[in-house]
Amino acid sequence: MSIETHIQLALLIPIIGLVGIVLTGRIPNLREAVTLITATANAINVWSIFPAIQSGARPSVTLFEMLPGLTVNFTVEPLGMMFAAIASTLWIVNSIYSIGYMRGNKETDQTRFYACFALSISAAIGIAFAGNLLTLFIFYEILTLSTYPLVTHKGTEEAKRGGRTYLGILIATSIGLQLPAIIWTWNLTGTLDFVPGGTLTGKVQGLSAGLLLALYMYGVGKAALMPIHKWLPAAMVAPTPVSALLHAVAVVKAGVFTVIKIIVYVFGLELITTESATNWLIYAAAITLTLASLIAMNQDNLKRRLAYSTISQLSYVILGAALGTAMGVVGGGMHIAMHAAGKITLFFCAGAIYVALHKTEISDMKGVGRIMPVTMFCFMIGALSVIGIPPLGGSWSKFLLMVGAADAGFQFIIGVLILSSLLNVAYLMPIPLRGFMLRPPGAGDGPVKVQEAPLACLIAICITATLTFVLFFLAQDIFDFLLPITVAGGGQ
Amino acid sequence: MSTAANAGFSLMANLPALQVVVPMIAAPICTFLRFRNGPWAFALLVSAATFWISVNLLMQVLGSGDISYEMGGWPPPFGIEYRVDTINAFVLLIVSGVSLITLPYALRSVEREVPRDKHHLFYAAWLLCLCGMLGITITGDAFNIFVFLEISSLSTYMLLASGRDPRALTAAFQYLVLGTLGATFILIGVGLLYIMTGTLNIIDLAERLGPVSDTTSVRAAAAFLTVGIALKFALFPAHFWLPNGYAYSPSAVGVFLSATATKVSIYVLLRFQFTIFGDIPAFAELDFATLLLPFAIMAFLVGSTVAIFQTDLKRLLAWSSIAQIGYMVAGIGLGGVDGLTAGIVHLFNHAVTKAALFMAAGAIFLRVGSMHIDKLAGIGKTMPFTTLAFVLAGLSLIGVPTTVGFISKWYLILAALQHGVTGYAIAALVLASSLLAVIYVWRIVEVAYFREPTANREVTEAPLSMLLPLWALTIGCFYFGLETGYSVDIARAAAQSLLGVTP
Repeated sequence: MSIETHIQLALLIPIIGLVGIVLTGRIPNLREAVTLITATANAINVWSIFPAIQSGARPSVTLFEMLPGLTVNFTVEPLGMMFAAIASTLWIVNSIYSIGYMRGNKETDQTRFYACFALSISAAIGIAFAGNLLTLFIFYEILTLSTYPLVTHKGTEEAKRGGRTYLGILIATSIGLQLPAIIWTWNLTGTLDFVPGGTLTGKVQGLSAGLLLALYMYGVGKAALMPIHKWLPAAMVAPTPVSALLHAVAVVKAGVFTVIKIIVYVFGLELITTESATNWLIYAAAITLTLASLIAMNQDNLKRRLAYSTISQLSYVILGAALGTAMGVVGGGMHIAMHAAGKITLFFCAGAIYVALHKTEISDMKGVGRIMPVTMFCFMIGALSVIGIPPLGGSWSKFLLMVGAADAGFQFIIGVLILSSLLNVAYLMPIPLRGFMLRPPGAGDGPVKVQEAPLACLIAICITATLTFVLFFLAQDIFDFLLPITVAGGGQ
Repeated sequence: MSTAANAGFSLMANLPALQVVVPMIAAPICTFLRFRNGPWAFALLVSAATFWISVNLLMQVLGSGDISYEMGGWPPPFGIEYRVDTINAFVLLIVSGVSLITLPYALRSVEREVPRDKHHLFYAAWLLCLCGMLGITITGDAFNIFVFLEISSLSTYMLLASGRDPRALTAAFQYLVLGTLGATFILIGVGLLYIMTGTLNIIDLAERLGPVSDTTSVRAAAAFLTVGIALKFALFPAHFWLPNGYAYSPSAVGVFLSATATKVSIYVLLRFQFTIFGDIPAFAELDFATLLLPFAIMAFLVGSTVAIFQTDLKRLLAWSSIAQIGYMVAGIGLGGVDGLTAGIVHLFNHAVTKAALFMAAGAIFLRVGSMHIDKLAGIGKTMPFTTLAFVLAGLSLIGVPTTVGFISKWYLILAALQHGVTGYAIAALVLASSLLAVIYVWRIVEVAYFREPTANREVTEAPLSMLLPLWALTIGCFYFGLETGYSVDIARAAAQSLLGVTP
């Protein structure tokens, strides 16, 4: 099979899976088997593209020509390859987890759940492989729409309200800000393609450059740059597997991925570093990552605290791109992978605690570590990775970001990053500490009875926790893989 | 018949005449067919024939240039000339195509909503309306436009009032008053032009108008024509007949008219503005299309806003139509090849989208028996295919990429951006109006999917005769959103020919 076929298959396999899921909806075991097989086939297929990208190929497929010069085109480059690989690999783990969670919780409408999930993955891969802004925009909107039924899955008044905020903010910013920015770009350059080195160099400067960047950055609502962040906590009404994969991995990562793509391939690093009118983004990202951490400290609901933590971590990626230095961009790109592994672990644990003990508030979680030792241990691993402590993955990307900040001449950013790491400690560590140190209320003095989440959940949690550890040792490979995107010509 | 016909009747050479004559003769025949489903089957057959003719005409025009057909063999400007160029061939195709795809759908809707003893009259009126609209579009004679306008209007009043809902009568009467007013204005305009030039042939008019163009009479003619036509296509603030008309008439009528009637009127506007008044220097500083721009902007802002607050699904769609008409006129008002392309392509795109939406609404009405939004609770579970089609076509209304709605908005915004700061403001308003569309489409989605079915638990999925046309149009919304070769290229060619720009 040619590599182009693999690219098309990457989009198609989840859709085929969707059809299979809908057809087998009446037989849950078969349906879940279809999900798992699809996820595995999809991951194998996506990874089979990897070697070619590593050796410098940039395969491209054009499906339609919507308007003259405007095509639906997929071109795979390292950053998109990495994003697609993360999304498709974690889909397998997440499917295992979902089976445990959805059955353990006796959720209704599970067929719709798995079907929408497959569609969302296809959309995320479409974003990852998009060869131009228009294609990216199309799949960006499909991702928003296909995750909406997942956010409102419970169908309660609260879920509907959350869904309305989710859809309202994401659609309004994309149509109201991102689309005008795309049309503006088209007007300036006559192309929407992602080109190594950018297409806007020499076409826009000064205030216009800053304004165009603002339209993009706030138009990509999924990146949750403050004040466009409210949708993420609102989306926490969704079942936890959705929060885990989509709101910690696919959706928000699609946002920051888009940010890096736009900065690297549309603006170009040269324009970003030489044009001082675009520097506002560094400050906006720094403010977001600090403020979100502060807000996270005040959240008692575990999922909401993790949501604000996600907002903060997303701004690390935006910050890296905004710095415009090679280390910054690669650090930001790497942080997509590192944070994905860490945050999905945390969400899995939050969901496991809910399934096993029906606890959602942190203040109720005294002694949970004694009841659910495996879950809480993995939570701690995930938390340490998000904080950035070796030997866990998160430490490398933060290190690179600091180097990138120093290269760009923004020394104060190093201070901001250190402060934020301390805040991460302050809002994440109390959870395992309370879990292990305190005794569960009403447990007496004897040994506490262990009551873990369903096995499928535990397996998934252990896999992702191990992954944060493994990623620490793969950092050099990721670095080498991503570095070509920052050099002229894109390392072809 | 033409000279060619005398030498031996040639079908292909007489297509322009047949385009109008076939439905015209069919209409009275239809009144004699008083057996079950007879009128319907006959109308469907005739519609298929007119569609075939339109397709052939468009292919002839695209292949070998404009067609000039002399009615009865009288050469223009003495006789009536039928003139087919890219733009009206395109509109002919839209009108006959919509009629063809709506008729299979109409069967069940009409059975339920029109008394059985009036079916033959209903379908006769349908064919007359079709004949009128095709006539307006194909003719190259200004007075002839007025004649066909009256044919289509009179049959439209009948169609609107043919249902069982008594409110339709007031709506039809409202339209009658405004329509007559509009038609009178058009007649006065045409009359003034005739006085000044002594001709009614459109091409001839355009040539002879030059020397007398800087006169009050011609200015008055232009004003009367513009206002008269704007009344017919319900441009804000002359829009108030439209919501009631579409909401209370039989569902099939709403589908047919929403996708065709306003489009034909906008075509007439284009014809007068560009072919007749287009080349005249005196009109350069008094550009009627630009004068329409503020009304167009008001139309899409007010239309979208009011749609949000509707409690009746068909009225909601009708208000959205008022907004969409605003987009078309805005494209024409912005001018240039891009602007006109945006306006013309939206004629087609909106026809596909809105026909699909009205079809879905009509199918729901057939099963639920009400259009009140609260009564649609849980419809997503009881009528999954209809509701899904509604949502998908709704995305096209919003202008989500990959749908036809996106193509229209893309060109509209590109056209706006060529007008400096004002253009940026217009582009922003277009986007704001799209966001309003998100709200009114999503209101329906929430009711349909998130509220439990209450009163209408026994509601079943719509019949196949409705689902098939509905889904054909819904798929069309996406197909023509991805494959724009047909719609955009033809619209662009039409825009270029109207502006006299060589491609």
